[in-house]
Amino acid sequence: MSKETDNILTIENLKTYFQVGKVKGKTVHVRAVDGVSLSIKKGEVMGLVGESGSGKSTLAYTVMGMYPPTEGKITFKGEDISAGSSRRPLDVKKDMQIVFQDPGSSLNPHQNIKQILELPLKVHGIVKKEEMEKRVTQILRTVELSPAYMYKTPGSMGGGERQMISIARALATDPSFVILDEPTSALDVSIQAKIINMLLRLQEKNNLTYLFITHDLSLMRNIATRVAIMYLGKICEMASTHEFFETPYHPYTKMLLSSIPVVSVEEEKLRPEKVTSTGEIPSPTNIPTGCSFHLRCPNKMDLCTYDDPVMTEVTPGHYVRCHLYNKEEAGDAV
Amino acid sequence: MDAKIQRTEIIVPSPAARLKEGFRKNWYKFSRNKLSIAGLVIVLSIIVVAILAPYVAPYPKHAGKFVDYVNANQGPSAAHFFGTDNFGRDVLSRIIFAFRGALLMGIMVLAIAVPVGVFFGLLAGYYQGSFLDTFIMRITDIFLSVPPLLLALAIAAVLEPNLTNAMIAVTVMWWPWYTRLVYGMATSLKNEYFVTSAELVGAGRFHILFREILPNCLSPIFTKMALDVGWVILIGASLSFVGLGEQPPTPALGQMVSDGTRYMPDLWWMTVYPSLAIAVIILGFNMLGDGIRDMMSKGEHDRG
Repeated sequence: MSKETDNILTIENLKTYFQVGKVKGKTVHVRAVDGVSLSIKKGEVMGLVGESGSGKSTLAYTVMGMYPPTEGKITFKGEDISAGSSRRPLDVKKDMQIVFQDPGSSLNPHQNIKQILELPLKVHGIVKKEEMEKRVTQILRTVELSPAYMYKTPGSMGGGERQMISIARALATDPSFVILDEPTSALDVSIQAKIINMLLRLQEKNNLTYLFITHDLSLMRNIATRVAIMYLGKICEMASTHEFFETPYHPYTKMLLSSIPVVSVEEEKLRPEKVTSTGEIPSPTNIPTGCSFHLRCPNKMDLCTYDDPVMTEVTPGHYVRCHLYNKEEAGDAV
Repeated sequence: MDAKIQRTEIIVPSPAARLKEGFRKNWYKFSRNKLSIAGLVIVLSIIVVAILAPYVAPYPKHAGKFVDYVNANQGPSAAHFFGTDNFGRDVLSRIIFAFRGALLMGIMVLAIAVPVGVFFGLLAGYYQGSFLDTFIMRITDIFLSVPPLLLALAIAAVLEPNLTNAMIAVTVMWWPWYTRLVYGMATSLKNEYFVTSAELVGAGRFHILFREILPNCLSPIFTKMALDVGWVILIGASLSFVGLGEQPPTPALGQMVSDGTRYMPDLWWMTVYPSLAIAVIILGFNMLGDGIRDMMSKGEHDRG
């Protein structure tokens, strides 16, 4: 599978720490992203799920260059872009876009939609001045908004419309890779569906690659081609969507999947065995030793309390970071 | 596709219509408080009178070198509404000409102090945590730690006493307030996602500072400006009171009050009328400033 298409984005052992203060002379770090390796292939919709505070947004922001990585390497189309966004070449900025979660603060309230959508066009010199209005109209059409929106301000629009403008802005430079940071979580359900459908249509039409961040697992099942799950800054399990939902390996994945509320009988059948969720995600300033999940894990072994498991490919394309599936080590431990 | 395009009705209001609509809305907010209108009337009349001073003043010549001992020390009368001073000059005419200096002071000081202060505030706020931030803000702190009038007095005293130098003195003490105001807003605005978006798409620093951040700071800046004009005039009058402003024979409000005090209480009109003029001009600007603040504030329901 990996040989068919090239990786558009490769993340190797990425770490993003934030210094939050000093306790007894030692600096305390929030280990928001703590050694993530991930590769995204061209044309796929990579789903990234995780609880609040698991570091999924930080991962996205680090990839975009908003935070300098503490360690690790980010490669985009074969180019090393580990440096912060200010040191990235303009064409990388053009090719990579992000849609933020909160449509309220991602659009400048003192600009009208035309000004907002013009900015990427101007910065990258995509169209001439005379054609600007025509192009903005075109961009608005791609997100199914009427050109009448051109002179509206974000304040006079609803959340869904604002999010469409955010998406339109991200697509204005004709990027190949778009990060969607919970693009629908601030919107009501009917608009969510509309936006998701639009995103998928645009993905197909423009041959886009998405990194789709959400905490909504049922949404993942419908749109992602591959899913990765994050816990305390690390990826626990990564598999194609089908495998991920059919045969989850990691106890955390099982716990999350069994907590999705179901409505119909068919959905009930799809549920894995019931695992009750216990506890809460620990503070990223004080990550437990060993496997970070061992405090909440129903299958905890002694090994888990002191040894951090490594990512293992259990079946082709299905990666798990858990001692239960690490055959060589599991032999010693049991 | 073509048919669809034609069906879509493009309702784009003309710029003139949008301007008119904005004006109507702002006027409504402004005019809800009758004091704001009173302030506007006072300020506009003072401005008109000051501009047309040579035509409206009863004795325009009395604003320059002029001596008429025959008519000196006269109390208010039909010929001299506000009386005449110890040189026989008409107090009303001199007040009208003094408005010119006072207004010039208020306008020039803010016209220089505000852009400078705002620029440094934006810069320091956007580069929060950098050396530039520390450098600008510590200098600002030094200026703010000295009592404003003292600072202005000190600067004006070093320079040759005239209106220009008084304006320089007040400008130097005034810009840090704007730096501080904008700094606070810029530090929070720079973390807004719309600023991040602009950064990520590759927009230049100029665009980010002046097109993304600055427009969001404007309404507090204008509000502060509107309220500050009165205070600048007051500080200007204080400087001129101690002899550091406009020099005689050109009239200045503070200087006239100060001259009059030597003849109190006999020639009370020499002091009282210029003082009232100071009070009226400051009151006018402050009431106008309140109105502008109402106009600028977004929340419609947060005031009683």
